[in-house]
Amino acid sequence: MTRTRTLLLWAAALLPGISAAQMLDPSLLMKPLGEGGWPTYSGDYSGKRYSNLTQLNQSNVKNLTLAWTVRLPAGLGGGGGGRGGFGFGNALPTIVGGEAAESSGAFGGPPNIRASILEVGGVLYLSSPDNAWAVDARDGHILWHYFWKTKGGTHIGNRGLGMWGNWLYMETPDDYLICLDAKTGKERWHKETANFNQQYFSTMAPVVIGNHIITGTGNDLDEPGYVQSRDPETGDVQWTFYTVPMKKGDPGADTWGSIDGARHGAGNVWIPGSYDPETHLYIFGTGNPSPAYTNPPSRNGDNLFTCSIVAINVDTGKMAWYYQVNPHDTHDWDSTEAPILMDGAFNGKSRKMVLHADRNGYFYVLDRLTGEHLLTSKFSETANWASGVNAKGQPMRILAKDSTVPGSLVSPNNGGATNWQPPSYSPDTGLMYVPTSDVYSMYYLTETDPRGAMGLGGKDEEVLASMGSYLRAIDYKTGKVVWAHRYPGFSGGVGNGMLTTAGKLLFAGDAGGNLVAYDAANGNILWHSRLGQVSNAPETYMLDENQYVLIAAGDTLFAFRLY
Amino acid sequence: MLRKSRFGFTEVVLVLSLAVAAHMLAQAPPAAPQAGARSAARGRAARPPAFPDRPPADPAALERGKALYGVQCNFCHGSDARGGEGGPNLLRSDIVLNDKNGEKIAPVVQNGRVDAGMPKFDLTMAQISDIAAYIHSFKVGGYDVSRMTPPSIVVGNAASGEKYFTAHCGSCHSATGDLKGIASKIADTRQLQQTWLMPGGGRGRGPITVAPVTVTVTLPSGEKVNGRLIRIDDFIVTLSDTDGGQRSFARSGDTPKVELHDPVAAHRNLLPTYSDKDIHDVTAYLVTLK
Repeated sequence: MTRTRTLLLWAAALLPGISAAQMLDPSLLMKPLGEGGWPTYSGDYSGKRYSNLTQLNQSNVKNLTLAWTVRLPAGLGGGGGGRGGFGFGNALPTIVGGEAAESSGAFGGPPNIRASILEVGGVLYLSSPDNAWAVDARDGHILWHYFWKTKGGTHIGNRGLGMWGNWLYMETPDDYLICLDAKTGKERWHKETANFNQQYFSTMAPVVIGNHIITGTGNDLDEPGYVQSRDPETGDVQWTFYTVPMKKGDPGADTWGSIDGARHGAGNVWIPGSYDPETHLYIFGTGNPSPAYTNPPSRNGDNLFTCSIVAINVDTGKMAWYYQVNPHDTHDWDSTEAPILMDGAFNGKSRKMVLHADRNGYFYVLDRLTGEHLLTSKFSETANWASGVNAKGQPMRILAKDSTVPGSLVSPNNGGATNWQPPSYSPDTGLMYVPTSDVYSMYYLTETDPRGAMGLGGKDEEVLASMGSYLRAIDYKTGKVVWAHRYPGFSGGVGNGMLTTAGKLLFAGDAGGNLVAYDAANGNILWHSRLGQVSNAPETYMLDENQYVLIAAGDTLFAFRLY
Repeated sequence: MLRKSRFGFTEVVLVLSLAVAAHMLAQAPPAAPQAGARSAARGRAARPPAFPDRPPADPAALERGKALYGVQCNFCHGSDARGGEGGPNLLRSDIVLNDKNGEKIAPVVQNGRVDAGMPKFDLTMAQISDIAAYIHSFKVGGYDVSRMTPPSIVVGNAASGEKYFTAHCGSCHSATGDLKGIASKIADTRQLQQTWLMPGGGRGRGPITVAPVTVTVTLPSGEKVNGRLIRIDDFIVTLSDTDGGQRSFARSGDTPKVELHDPVAAHRNLLPTYSDKDIHDVTAYLVTLK
């Protein structure tokens, strides 16, 4: 590092006004993704992950160049701030919080960034389980690091942070919602959002809508899923919406064998939903019913409102409509994958719609004002668990493709035809871009007790082989796959999330560890950089009149731009 | 973190096995490529369980609790506390999950739940504490290997399986040749089924060693380079040649020409064609090849 650069970095560190956090102007949250940074999970509320930035386009993307990279330290170890770090030793401030008496560091290890990263006022805010960071969006140097001493919980990922004014919000694997000061990383408060004893764990990125902080949870036992709204200043609960009936007479109660079954029916919500400011509807997908693989009498029926797209009024928490994409799921295929809100023509009529590509291998189009079903199609060539689609547009499950003692040959595998990796929709092409995987597994039933198993128990899934991983582009008007790019080889890796831009570009992490820019119209490759892996979805933001493309690869961030 | 692809093929196996393990979780991660999967696997191995088991109870209390449970609770809630004649599964009950020593269970036991058909029980706090200790001694989690003792997976018709085998597998395999005694070599019938469906597949620790995927790269000069596939994406193909060294070739569309030779291609391509009955019949047949 040159002396000049060192001095400059010191100057930046000593003068927080230059690079430190800017308050989030709430009006930015109401704008389409573009000049306003990346203030929420999907960049904007629509879930499209389509940026109207055009500086980068098909003619110049071949010159896209690394601007900076930084490796993120996790846990209590702290560290020097990686490659973009401070000049002298351990200057990185690590702020520590948590309810655990002590932290053994047993849940540590290098972070794997699966989060969406916020970009607000030149600062990036991101997270991994138990860790949050603020990073200068210009050069990648770390402004602060927050570490939460955990009691435990499933540490599978953290989908990102939410922001309201000067405050950041993070969920933890041991079920707390933490509020941090974005400027300093100091904790303002934390609130318990779910019961750790009941084996909830929390990974969702909080979604900020007006004065609501929306949270969700995960659970692999049999506990009911819910979405909750909290006050951004106090953290107090404003409303709670359960995704399964909790008492006799609740809507959907007749789609379960018993109320005890419904109350232990899961439907957890662990990916942020989308929001329609016109109707005040928060629209999200719900998880699988539980027990996931077995069919005790308590699960008799369609099991509402699991595996559904649900719209609730964000002011009241009351349901406006629902559409169940996968009645009585038996393969742990959550329907939490991000719903995309878009407007367009459908059958000659102008519609406001929801697009959803499901872990079960099917693609759905709904009217988002009413929940009316418009279209279902199969995007996975190998999906073999349904005999067709019924009049409501729901795939009809073949009972023999449930887990069986001698084994059932089923595609998708449990990981699904697609999963949490965010899809994208470009209004320029009318196509939805989905990372997909066609894998066969044998599903063996190991619990023959008529009472079924609990949670994910009762089966063994043995993967056989991948028939291919594809980036698929789906036309919402027909449900047909217009083009598909097959990743070479047989690794079965699904690649990672998607970003489209008004520069007619599609960015995606492929199955081989490359960040790739494609022509969004046809999948032709225009640029790539091999990072070894890609662990989240690409994002873009404008800073100092330069358009950046940001991506995470495990514990490392990479930012690209033109020079 | 940018691992050289020296370990490429091993990585594929590791990634697959990780994918299988990860699928025990609802929020399945992707079958991530290389570096991340490896470090994640290392990180995970050292981790304690996400939800800790309760500390073991005093054995005497457990014994007393077991006896009381057997008399007072067993009929309705089942001998394994997972539900019985009318009574719900206790292991996933929020009252039980949040109870420590019977303090949350006691009001329910002592007052009953008239609306749900549960009578009052005249039990002391000490007795309820013992019962609680017994209920808390069961493992709370969905994926419980100790419960996984299914009956035999062999349900098919061996004669039909033999017919299927002759018609679809006979051009490559023979019951008196390469598969002679296969059922003795692979005694576990589920493993036998998985192995014939996809040799070397799944968790990558099957009893059959499968030749690696090989690749032929035809250079513009017409020269052909053959070797074991290390890795391939849209931009690079890397192979290991006979002396163990590695060679990488830049790819641009169809140039140079790259052909992958998948030793289990025939098995892979059959997967979409099987009915479950075909599979079970062939397994029933192969089980006879002792």
